[in-house]
Amino acid sequence: MNASSHVPDGRPQSALFPRSVIAEIQRAADEGIYKIRGWGARRPLPHFDDLLMLGASMSRYPLEGYREKCGTDVVLGTRYASKPLHLDIPVTIAGMSFGSLSASAKEALGRGASETGTSTTTGDGGMTDEERGHSRLLVYQVLPSRYGMNPRDLRRADAIEVVLGQGAKPGGGGMLLGQKVGKRVAAMRDLPEGIDQRSACRHPDWTGPDDLKIKIEEIREITNWEKPIYIKVGASRTYYDVKLAVKAGADVIVVDGMQGGTGATQEVFIEHVGIPTLPAVRQAVTALQEMDMHREVQLIVSGGIRSGADVAKAIAMGADAVSIGTAALIAIGCNSPRYESDYQKMGTSWGYYDEYQAGQDPAGITTQEPELEKRLDPVRAGHQLANYLRVLTLEAQTLARACGKSHLHRLEPEDLCATTVEAAAMAGVPLAGTNWIPGSPVG
Amino acid sequence: MTASAPDILTFDLGSVTVREINRTLHGLAAGSSVEILSPDGAHNLACGLTVPISVRIEGHTGYYCGGMNEEADILVNGHTGTGVGENMMSGRIEVTGNASQCAGASAHGGLLVIGGDTSSRCGISLKGGDIVVKGKAGAMTGFLAQKGTIVVCGDAGEGLGDSLYEARIYVKGTVASLGTDCIEKEMREEHLIQLAALLKAAGCPDKPTDFRRYGSARQLYHFHVEHAASY
Ligand SMILES: Cc1cc2nc3c(=O)[nH]c(=O)nc-3n(C[C@H](O)[C@H](O)[C@H](O)COP(=O)(O)O)c2cc1C
Repeated sequence: MNASSHVPDGRPQSALFPRSVIAEIQRAADEGIYKIRGWGARRPLPHFDDLLMLGASMSRYPLEGYREKCGTDVVLGTRYASKPLHLDIPVTIAGMSFGSLSASAKEALGRGASETGTSTTTGDGGMTDEERGHSRLLVYQVLPSRYGMNPRDLRRADAIEVVLGQGAKPGGGGMLLGQKVGKRVAAMRDLPEGIDQRSACRHPDWTGPDDLKIKIEEIREITNWEKPIYIKVGASRTYYDVKLAVKAGADVIVVDGMQGGTGATQEVFIEHVGIPTLPAVRQAVTALQEMDMHREVQLIVSGGIRSGADVAKAIAMGADAVSIGTAALIAIGCNSPRYESDYQKMGTSWGYYDEYQAGQDPAGITTQEPELEKRLDPVRAGHQLANYLRVLTLEAQTLARACGKSHLHRLEPEDLCATTVEAAAMAGVPLAGTNWIPGSPVG
Repeated sequence: MTASAPDILTFDLGSVTVREINRTLHGLAAGSSVEILSPDGAHNLACGLTVPISVRIEGHTGYYCGGMNEEADILVNGHTGTGVGENMMSGRIEVTGNASQCAGASAHGGLLVIGGDTSSRCGISLKGGDIVVKGKAGAMTGFLAQKGTIVVCGDAGEGLGDSLYEARIYVKGTVASLGTDCIEKEMREEHLIQLAALLKAAGCPDKPTDFRRYGSARQLYHFHVEHAASY
């Protein structure tokens, strides 16, 4: 538990050793093991909140809210795939494994995405029938662990995402702790029940971009060159990674910033590895533009997307779509005040629950316990997700119309300014009220 | 073979592309026979097959030959590049020559036979298939292998069976070193029977009693801080 917020009698707190740091040292000394948790980075980072949109007035004219059309559709996978994905909204559901999530949660995500005309994504551990059945558009992840990987699922997917990393842990593998490895999860992963399952950090049959190019061609051969192939990278050296992903033949590139959520990762990894979403988007867009591939290879951005403002700003910076993990889980019931008494019993409270690794989620989402899973009604949860996705879309449209745009994709960096020097430098947009873009160009 | 052997369809990679060949292979009916000539190291040949057809490749192939195979019987009369039979589900792939690294990576089923030597990480992340290497196997053979069996008739390189789960490894020759959590285990009757069957299926003359068995010590199944040095 974080004990730093409470400073009795206004006593001065050490900046280097606030109570939270002291408590962590004490915990480490007691337990002798690092902290593993779910959720994403908690530290403050420059983010979309540090950008503002420049609404129209004299020099630009706005579109009428609720009247004039503002399109939201997006097509993903136009480069090589004969069957690209047509989404009604530019917000997709990110890959989250069956194993870290319950089957009902996966079903709810599929239902919500399908109701709003967008896609959802499998995750480490393979594809479940529930999720395939309830997802109109399903992206199938090919991960280093290859758990549950099989060509039949590859063929019944609508798109394929080769995962190199996640924003929460670029360069790291995964660990599904034994308490979440029930019979079904174990069988799907071909491993014994109840053991701590390590997910590899490197793919078993390729190492660099030249090999990956051949790997992608293999997947295309097996799926008849129909399906869009995404490459997902955790944000770190994003400029170079995106260039290499284009070279390796990606149709779509997913860039996940360091704020991105995770099912279970060492805290030191979550908080200290990678770069924030904001500079990652800029690096990715610059790399695509330099290769003359912007919009030809679509860019999906994730890591801390919460509102329609985040969606609009990411798109204005050059993303084609965004993807959400944590916010989608919240929409289906994660951290709901409804379960406050359960949270209290675990020594936490709604709004703070991040023990996804423990498998005891009272909301029935990040668990494999049948009794807890029963608490999640996938139909109701699916509707809630659909509601939330509609709100994100309406909000983004509102902002786009105010900037005079008849489609979300007409938003551009010119519609943005930054409120801090850091955000201006990272996003490559001017500090508000100036034409000053601090820092050096990307590349 | 039945009395009326099926017609053999022949492709020559000098005049058709991998795409055309794979597309044709994917559309063939069970029981068809195909011969592929002049592969010249082409990648992704005969990958993603789904029915019991027989494919003979005359020459050397590149990466991922027979990748994700289901049911088909593929013979490569030559050497193969990286990842032959990767993620195969069933069927049989035989390479008469040597196979490069990651042979049979994450295979879930079927039998992969390598007539010569193979490079590093053979059977990495194996999930249920069987691999028989008639020659030597390189470093990190069976890294993270979960299920299935790897047989090495020659010597095995360094780090054999590193981070092994439930897969079994049999080696006849020397083992340069064992990987983390891999130990030698007793050869019991059931193992001799299993090994004999695999050797027979692969066409190896070797005697099961000449092999040693290696498996997981299962010390890494639960994350314990006292094992931190092994991770
Ligand atoms: C519970 C959970 C499980 C996840 N599992 C996977 C996974 O299996 N594969 C993957 O690529 N990313 C996984 N992620 C990361 C998400 O795909 C996505 O990158 C991230 O959640 C986006 O950031 P956000 O949570 O701030 O929206 C997971 C995230 C969460 C919260």
